Amino acid sequence: MSDTIFALSSGAPPAAIAVIRISGAKASAALSALAGQLPTPRRPVLAKLRGSDGALLDEALVLWFEGKKTATGEDLAELHCHGGRAVVAAVENALEAMDGLRRAEPGEFTRRAFANGRMDLAEAEGLADLLSAETELQRSSAVAMAGGVFSAQVVDWRGQVLRLSAEVEAALDFSDEDDVSAMRDGFSSDVSALAGDLGIWLERPRAERLGEGYRVVLAGPPNAGKSTLFNALVESEAAITSPTAGTTRDVIERSVAMGGVPFTLVDTAGLRGDADDAVEAEGVERAQQQLTRADLVLWLGDEGLGPDGAWEIESRADDPAHTPKSNPRAVLSAKTGEGVDSLKSALITEARGAMPKPGEAALNARQHGLVSEARAALDGPSSLSDPLLIAEELRNARLAFDRLIGRATTEDMLDALFGRFCIGK
Amino acid sequence: MTTQSNQFDVLVVGGGHAGVEAACGAARMGAGTNLRVGLVSFDLEAVGAMSCNPAIGGLGKGHLVCEVDALDGVIGRAADAGAIHYRMLNRSKGSAVWGPRVQADRVLFKAEVQRIVRGQAGLTLIEGEAAALTVTGERVSGLELADGTVLTAQSVILCTGTFLGGILYRGEEKFTGGRIGENAAHRLAEQLRGAELPMARLKTGTPPRLDGRTIDWAALEEQPSDDEAWTMSALTQSRANPSVFCAITRTTEKAHDAIRANLHRSPLFTGAIDAAGPRYCPSIEDKIHRFGDRDGHQVFLEPEGLNTHYIYPNGISTSLPVDTQLEMLRAMPGLANVTMEVPGYAVEYDHIDPRALTADLQLRSMPGLYCAGQINGTTGYEEAAAQGLVAGLNAAAECLGKEAPKLDRANSYIAVMVDDLTLQGVSEPYRMLTSRAEYRLRLRANNASSRLTALGVEAGCVGEERKAWLDTREEKRDQFAETLNKRILSRELDDAGLPVRRDGGLKPIAEWLRHEGVGLAEMSPWMEDIPLDDPLLVEMAEDAAYAPYLARQEAELRDLRASEELAIPGDFPFGEVPGLSNEMVERLSASKPPTLAAAGRVAGVTPAALSALLVHARRRQEAA
Repeated sequence: MSDTIFALSSGAPPAAIAVIRISGAKASAALSALAGQLPTPRRPVLAKLRGSDGALLDEALVLWFEGKKTATGEDLAELHCHGGRAVVAAVENALEAMDGLRRAEPGEFTRRAFANGRMDLAEAEGLADLLSAETELQRSSAVAMAGGVFSAQVVDWRGQVLRLSAEVEAALDFSDEDDVSAMRDGFSSDVSALAGDLGIWLERPRAERLGEGYRVVLAGPPNAGKSTLFNALVESEAAITSPTAGTTRDVIERSVAMGGVPFTLVDTAGLRGDADDAVEAEGVERAQQQLTRADLVLWLGDEGLGPDGAWEIESRADDPAHTPKSNPRAVLSAKTGEGVDSLKSALITEARGAMPKPGEAALNARQHGLVSEARAALDGPSSLSDPLLIAEELRNARLAFDRLIGRATTEDMLDALFGRFCIGK
Repeated sequence: MTTQSNQFDVLVVGGGHAGVEAACGAARMGAGTNLRVGLVSFDLEAVGAMSCNPAIGGLGKGHLVCEVDALDGVIGRAADAGAIHYRMLNRSKGSAVWGPRVQADRVLFKAEVQRIVRGQAGLTLIEGEAAALTVTGERVSGLELADGTVLTAQSVILCTGTFLGGILYRGEEKFTGGRIGENAAHRLAEQLRGAELPMARLKTGTPPRLDGRTIDWAALEEQPSDDEAWTMSALTQSRANPSVFCAITRTTEKAHDAIRANLHRSPLFTGAIDAAGPRYCPSIEDKIHRFGDRDGHQVFLEPEGLNTHYIYPNGISTSLPVDTQLEMLRAMPGLANVTMEVPGYAVEYDHIDPRALTADLQLRSMPGLYCAGQINGTTGYEEAAAQGLVAGLNAAAECLGKEAPKLDRANSYIAVMVDDLTLQGVSEPYRMLTSRAEYRLRLRANNASSRLTALGVEAGCVGEERKAWLDTREEKRDQFAETLNKRILSRELDDAGLPVRRDGGLKPIAEWLRHEGVGLAEMSPWMEDIPLDDPLLVEMAEDAAYAPYLARQEAELRDLRASEELAIPGDFPFGEVPGLSNEMVERLSASKPPTLAAAGRVAGVTPAALSALLVHARRRQEAA
């Protein structure tokens, strides 16, 4: 079968603990060689890890999981080592030197779990997101998805639709046989209630928002302090990569994580030109265009001239000659940094509200599309009188659910499997 | 012995509904060739007998009859020849679930079956008891009769109904049943058991037969035959017989009391029968036991023929003791003085686990041996006939090196049934239901000819008469399509009082037909050039009305066909795929789904397991 693979599965060292996983047929041999023993399955044991020359590498907690029911569906060993760089490197090198073992490729553990029937499609998608998560919020949402929160929800919906279908089918196949009565009065409202439940998920923030970050656009006339504020906001924060970020001639974008929330900050500084009204107007218009893509605009220009819904920012708290805005959302000095932190907290609070809640599974575009399809199908029965067509709409809803978790062996599934996870290799 | 030679290509054992379709279907496939087909029956005079209720068709079952007819089978024509009462079940619902059903005069029905069977070219009738299969290597090579005659054949089709270990029960009485002689049945059954075929037990039952002259018909609600023109077979020109009416009565509290007081004497409750019976057609004692809160169950009193006083009381199949049966009957309205001609009884019998069969109904472990009908765990004439047809066409096709018509879940109920049987097996007698067919909207009883007859012509199982009929019919299709594509302004429809928006624009008639309240009758002023009652036009109008749903199914079918492409070889080691539970491995190994799509339909296979299966099947395919 395939190689035995290993990888550091916790965060990059240095850290308190480093977890190294070994998966595959030779995991038991590797663990025995390293720890001098094969512990009782599923029981953590403290062991001295030694290299092939007998040198002590680390004292670690080791775990041994046998066979099919592990996370990857293969024999699996876990080494909970001390999290220093040197320790991790030494253990990894010792593993790499063993015959038949190699470092895992990115996502390979997930791929094996999927290929070995340990997760359904929605869970696998969550795991793929988890692998690329850079912020805490992205991670916790992906964990929820990978942990099967959404799959469990879909299975529940599917069960409800099956029960409703059974009622219609009974009316279709048995109503002439006397022992089954016609459709129940509350049937229609039950279908509508289920459609409403789907609606709640559809209205939730989407997973893409997590990946792309909460988009904040800084707008205002030249010299209003946009760039200074932009830099103050971006400065101390960890840059992250965003799939849509890019620097254009007109705008500067930076993706950062603030308080664990992914943001994309956009400075319209590129618009700066001669300080005449025409260009200012142009600036506002471009900012307006940005607004259509933005989740929030910070307006640093004259009060009331910003786009609708923008936050009025008083950025010259330090300038006594300046007439302050009468009703600003935030007062700060971009120059001294005073007030920037409280703006940040306000932004984080705002963004958190617009993002999937921590630990809440968020739907990606594919999932959103299929839940929408199911919902459209469930909206059908209220306007239909023929039970045959009601049955067909319920069947369509069920099909959408099947495709969400990969029950239907559809093209979607083949694409997801062989596209995203390269399992065909 | 009526044959000049004992050498055959296809031998069919049994002259019931499955056997008749198998033998005639194989012979039709062989038309113009030297294919030799034989039908072996214990009693040739009994070929075509209706052993239980005198009705053909019903919900889902009517579809099967029309499909067998579309492939030029026997049952539809025989049903029309015998029909004395026509009823379209589910008429108030969408046409895809309408269930054509007729009651047939047993004598007339059988006479027509006999006429067709005896007139079938290439088919030899052999009276005798099938005693044992002859096997050469792994493969079946013929049949030995009880009198010692040996018939050789490339394939044998067993359509033997309940003969395998059949036991009849009535109250405390117990009889060993089956028409075939005890010894012969015993040897054949032993042989099948020896072949390590997975077997299980099922039960079925029949109600008592009543003397119609002792029923107070005037006291009962009458159910007349409908007065429309439809027939079961596309080839039937018009209804042949005078129609009779049925009547409806009900079981009563008093009848239920009688049953309850004697439940302990019913073999179902004494434990004498522990095999599963049909949930869909339970015995009256089962109904009373399971639906205890109901104070009555409908019973249809159906005449068994034009020249008999026998009445079939549909809905009270029973194995209660004779005295209790009579007590129950006499407690029902209109039956106070009824006399019973034959009491009801239950039959318990062995069947083969149909998962041991491939999609052509051939036994995987004994090539050349096909099984069709009740032996595969189904119930009903229609289910039997459809399986007989599949086995007959495939057995003949194999001998001839041809292809049988390609049936799948998207083009026929026949394939839905065969797929269900061979993938899922049975836990109770399998009965066709419309809810079993996921592409139900396109599988209507009235479009069976459009779906299947051309496939049958291509495969070579359709005779000249039907071929000519199809050609004539298809000539009209273009003309009708042209009319249906004629564009009409919404204003015109609104002016005529039809329920459409005045500003709905210019749309083809086909699209207007999708509107609720707009049908062919309403559109008649714009369709004066064509006959509105033409069945083909009616069918095309239904297609138009269902068009948006059918279009959506097309996408689904493309996906399905893609996963039908991924083949799972017969020796695929399901046990080696990680992530499959033992139960799943067991089920998949028993039914050996030939494709990934089929594996996905096996009950209990989870999405995660399916992905694992997909990955491993794909890897094997790529490694090969």
